[in-house]
Amino acid sequence: MAIAHFVASGMGGIRSAGDLVARVEYDKNLKVDKAKEYVAKKLGISTLDIADEHIMRDLREELKIGVITGVPGAPRGIAAKMNIEKLLGIKINSCEKFREQIR
Amino acid sequence: MTEYYTRRGDGKRVTMTKEAIAEDIRAGIADAVDMGGVSELTVNDIDKLIEILIDKNRVVGVETGKEVVVTYDIGQLDFTGDNGNSGNGVDVGRLESALLHERALAADTFELAHADYSIKPVKPVISNEMQTMEEIQNEIIIPYFYGAMPNMGLYYSPDGPYGNPADLMREFKIEEAMFAAEAAAEHLARDIEFVSTRLIAAGSDGFNFDTTASAGDADFVGTLKGVEALRKACPDAYINVGMAGESVMGIHGSIEYKGQIAAGLYPHQQVKLAQQAGADVFGPVVNTNTSRSLAWNLGRAVAFIKESVKTSEIPCHVNMGMGVGGIPMWETAPIDAVTRCNKAMVEVAGVDGV
Repeated sequence: MAIAHFVASGMGGIRSAGDLVARVEYDKNLKVDKAKEYVAKKLGISTLDIADEHIMRDLREELKIGVITGVPGAPRGIAAKMNIEKLLGIKINSCEKFREQIR
Repeated sequence: MTEYYTRRGDGKRVTMTKEAIAEDIRAGIADAVDMGGVSELTVNDIDKLIEILIDKNRVVGVETGKEVVVTYDIGQLDFTGDNGNSGNGVDVGRLESALLHERALAADTFELAHADYSIKPVKPVISNEMQTMEEIQNEIIIPYFYGAMPNMGLYYSPDGPYGNPADLMREFKIEEAMFAAEAAAEHLARDIEFVSTRLIAAGSDGFNFDTTASAGDADFVGTLKGVEALRKACPDAYINVGMAGESVMGIHGSIEYKGQIAAGLYPHQQVKLAQQAGADVFGPVVNTNTSRSLAWNLGRAVAFIKESVKTSEIPCHVNMGMGVGGIPMWETAPIDAVTRCNKAMVEVAGVDGV
């Protein structure tokens, strides 16, 4: 099911900007077209490009927001999510909890 | 006349002419209009559905630029569960499963789940679930929820403290059955608050209420009250309310949420209550009739879901597993049927996610 749905219509998670669009849908209750516009504006690219792996692979590494491959030194987990917070102008719960723990 | 490969609602491959497919699509839509009072699909919508169904390619997909978010239910149980959960029976860890979904299966969101995937059994192991949530949140990037079914059936005899309405009604103890359902709903709401707020405190992005109203109207009301409590305690939590079926079963019959009787509500009516309770995303369901064709089921499902999307102020992520959303009721759902239903839901019903 996972593969079939990704192939048919999925944004592809961190292959592209699927995680970012999902966050905006939930965080701001925006429907998918508006959520994609929000993310595209923050990334400075078009709504077509945010689902393009060829563009998003390098852009994600450059922005330090996580990639699908094991790149030594590249942020993942909390570190990548802290960069996503800054990029999208949102708060992410696990990052808030992490900050509380190091205060 | 040219015959096209298509499917029955039970997944069996059959061939049908374009005319027969069109006739079944119209009949499926008419059934949705009759049962749910939803709007008819347009001529363009029907033409698009026909085009999708007679496409000769094995796999179809949405046009470039029309991609949507793919969210999940059941968490790692799709790997670890038995076939009761359509699981693979591969005993992989919860951390590994989450990261594999993120980095190998292109998931836009994922979730942590208890082996029984229900609210009630999480209570005694809440600390275990919280520390696992904390651990996985340190590694994962995509939105990571905690997921569970409200599953109010577990609150009834012999599994829970309240009389079983099905047994009580059989003995004509109608008032007792209604009282038991109301008490169970209040108990469920309390448990949802207990479990969900602790998981959010452990760093979860949110909570996915899966298979809501599986035990009927009181289950729906209890869940909505729990969602309301979670929203009040955690204003920023991501809340997903996914349903169990297309119509809320009237086990109680007259229980209400904010003045609305819950029994008999269809997806476009259910979403209004989910919104009021504080959900961010709604997961509507339309059940598959195994005796009808894929065309009949898809026409019917799209009619229901398009109305839900139109009515909803929040994003709708349609349920598209085995036996829902037009997809055949078959454990290994054929990929030709799955991708056709997916494309139709995105391009005709206009869903925000799957």
